Amino acid sequence: MTEPSAAPKAKPDDETVFLRRVRPERWRNPVPKDVYDFAVLGAGPAGIAAAAAAARLGVRVALIERNRLGGNSLNAGSIPSKSIVKSAGVYAAMHKAEEFGAPMPSEPPLDFAKVMDRMRRLRTRVSEHHSVEKLSALGIDVFFGAAQFENQDTLEFGDTRLRFRKALVATGARPRGPEIPGLAEVGYRTSATIFALEALPERLAVIGGGPLGCEMAQAFCRLGSRVTIIQNDPKFLPREERDAAEILSRSMARDGVEIRLNTTVVGARVANGVRVLQTVNNDVKGEIEADEILLSIGRVPNIEEIGLESAGIVVDAQRGIKVDDFLRTTNPNVYAAGDVCMELKFTNAAQASALIAVRNALSEGQDRQSRLVVPWCTYCDPEIAHVGLHVWEARLRSIPIKSYTVLMHDVDRAITDGSDAGFVKIHVADGTDRILGATIVASRASELINEMSVIMSAGVGMNGLANIVHTYPAESGAIMLAALAYVRNTLV
Amino acid sequence: MEDLTALSDDALILRLQRGAFSYLIDYSNPQNGLVADTSRDGSPCSIAVAGFALSCYPVGVRNGWISRADAANRTLAALRFFMQSAQSDQPDATGYKGFYYHFLDMQTGRRVWQCELSLVDTALLMAGILTAACYFDGEGPEVEIRALADALYRRVDWRWAQNGTETVSQGWKPECGFLHYGWEGYNEATILYVLGLGSPTFPLTETGYRSWGLTYQWENLTGSDVLYSGPLFTHLFSHAWIDFRGIRDAFMREKRSDYFENTKAAIAVHREYGERNPRGFKGYSRNFWGVTAGDGPSGEDLRLDGRDQRFFGYMSRGVPYGPDDGTIAPWAMLATLPFDSGAALAGARHILERHPQVCVQDRFSSGFNPTLIADGHGWLSEGWYGLDQGLLVMMIENHRTGLIWEAFRRSPYVRAGLKRAGFDGGWLQP
Repeated sequence: MTEPSAAPKAKPDDETVFLRRVRPERWRNPVPKDVYDFAVLGAGPAGIAAAAAAARLGVRVALIERNRLGGNSLNAGSIPSKSIVKSAGVYAAMHKAEEFGAPMPSEPPLDFAKVMDRMRRLRTRVSEHHSVEKLSALGIDVFFGAAQFENQDTLEFGDTRLRFRKALVATGARPRGPEIPGLAEVGYRTSATIFALEALPERLAVIGGGPLGCEMAQAFCRLGSRVTIIQNDPKFLPREERDAAEILSRSMARDGVEIRLNTTVVGARVANGVRVLQTVNNDVKGEIEADEILLSIGRVPNIEEIGLESAGIVVDAQRGIKVDDFLRTTNPNVYAAGDVCMELKFTNAAQASALIAVRNALSEGQDRQSRLVVPWCTYCDPEIAHVGLHVWEARLRSIPIKSYTVLMHDVDRAITDGSDAGFVKIHVADGTDRILGATIVASRASELINEMSVIMSAGVGMNGLANIVHTYPAESGAIMLAALAYVRNTLV
Repeated sequence: MEDLTALSDDALILRLQRGAFSYLIDYSNPQNGLVADTSRDGSPCSIAVAGFALSCYPVGVRNGWISRADAANRTLAALRFFMQSAQSDQPDATGYKGFYYHFLDMQTGRRVWQCELSLVDTALLMAGILTAACYFDGEGPEVEIRALADALYRRVDWRWAQNGTETVSQGWKPECGFLHYGWEGYNEATILYVLGLGSPTFPLTETGYRSWGLTYQWENLTGSDVLYSGPLFTHLFSHAWIDFRGIRDAFMREKRSDYFENTKAAIAVHREYGERNPRGFKGYSRNFWGVTAGDGPSGEDLRLDGRDQRFFGYMSRGVPYGPDDGTIAPWAMLATLPFDSGAALAGARHILERHPQVCVQDRFSSGFNPTLIADGHGWLSEGWYGLDQGLLVMMIENHRTGLIWEAFRRSPYVRAGLKRAGFDGGWLQP
């Protein structure tokens, strides 16, 4: 008789690993140093990027987070939403298989639990780069706690005092709360809680037609929910140009999303156990029943309960912390970066601004946030991406502007892929070859826009762009075709 | 069915113009001058169609289809109705602040369908009223026409329609106030701004036109430089009255073009789109185009080459960004006569040869979709729409004689509006 072998130790699940990385239960804050060269308040994308960059400069860095490392982007933003968007896209592609000569033998079942498992697994994987171990290994003192400024050069939480020479506020932003009577009582989700869903809602109402609202409306519809999206404005994505927003609107409608534009939610109640949203479209009243409600009406900067006044830091009611072009607050030793102070509340903008702040704070840099070239994208199908000036912005500044447009249905790769909705528009200072901006609607606009960012950052004009050989066939061929159209046009 | 294509170009054009004109007579109420939106039973009046009709009566006189006295009587009936009908914020009034509700009961003239007080449709009505004032320059009843037209135009409170903002809303309802919809991007609203700016009583602020212009998109599209707007009608409506040849506002001076040339460019884009036919719709070609606002086959979905194709009802379709469901407006190609007569005639002849059913009683239908087969033929809109007929009459006349353009040029309000909008050059020069 042999001794029974020891039972294999259970592998911790993804969520346990994830939490161990971003908010370890048994974490002990380090003993603070006398003075930190750089203290970072908030460990989202901006805070982590700044702390890591500062640590690489060899200075003493403290990073303080009151919740989880990684911020909104990792926990309840870019990573989980893109995971779900991908699952929904795959499921939608299966339904389009017939177009490609591969009809599905039967309706493929969807396992929502596996969709969410995958999301958590991927989030855990990505979290490795933001883990407390990695940050500590860089020499960063990581503190968990609800820190506040005690005065101009000190942060405090509990009994702990952190003195600093320079500091960065990177506390991010949070979903804007409801101003809709009854909504708090009936219950709703935001980006902070939607990814904790355990079952696919049969009916989902999305309030707000911004990027996240549109992404989730389309994704959940494709996964099988009956989705209604309610937008106060006459079009989705108010920041984007009309044609792009309308293409998205038609795409969502084709997927089956019930679209209520120009509609305001004026109340919410529960009737017979079902959540009911009361709406008004001009003068027409309506009701929408939903099992779940996603509120996605923008984000507000996290400026409360961090003692900004004590540090002499002034807040702008609209944008958050008031900073100059160098990202310096009204306290000359304190900078801010990311969602807490920037109009563009995107992960990439947060990280880029953080690096500017570090250079300006620690290396006597004179980098300006206004010189940042920040592309952004809404990850619907098709994706909608933009960089640089919009046409109306240029016209507002009296800059003559002309757009060179290539429709994706004229791009060979888009045709072969069956993804020919959308366009590439390159906005050029009229009479020159200087590129002012670009708007791209395409299945991979999030990638294509980066070519435009590089081109613009490098100062390459349309003539130079026309000479850059692209792979063939590729969606980015649309960019080259636009440049070639410019060359032809200027020869006339 | 008679083969219209056997006619010479001039005879064909005249025949179709008269057919379109007859709609405005056949579907009008001579008691109050209102004209039905469509030929369908129970159709209310569209005030825009009434405006087109007022503009077309002079065309009927010139071509000998109606007498000048008859035209004057029809015009007077309409102007008297619009002057005497209820103007208030009551939900069943005919208008408010000098504007009119989009749709009116053909008999009572009261608001129907809880529709909006329409700013652009009022502008089209006022354009017709001013055309009448310019054309009827004689004595007798024509004196009253001029007086009523002047009073009606002066009564419109364009400034109120700005609602304290830079630009105008698309409408107002007594139930909810101004609609959220504004005018973004170039479209048919030029006539609205010009007439609003020309008012001696309640003019729009000049900054409003400039603010609207900030949303314009000058694009190089399928080989043409164009001030983009998707639906073809947006490149035609204001042009039915205003002769844009050679006159330029600040935007067109910057682009070294004018709005007439721009419509020619837009036509080129539409034809090129028809030729490329990216969605593979049946029929589309360089001589089968005209994606615009109009009737369509609502509620039908079709599986085409493994793709779901949705079809829409009456809506504003556009090129090249869409929406496009394979429906074209058969009248639209001929309506481009003043801009590109070759393209217009080639398109009109092509559709009459291949699909003669789109033209019944010498009137083009509002929508035709050969991709969606119904009863062995492509889907066809039932009856006729007044807007289509009125626009066609005017565009053909402008091509043939320039009658409407010439009359409208004589309006001091129009000249004032154009100048306040920043237009100069061409016929606006002293």
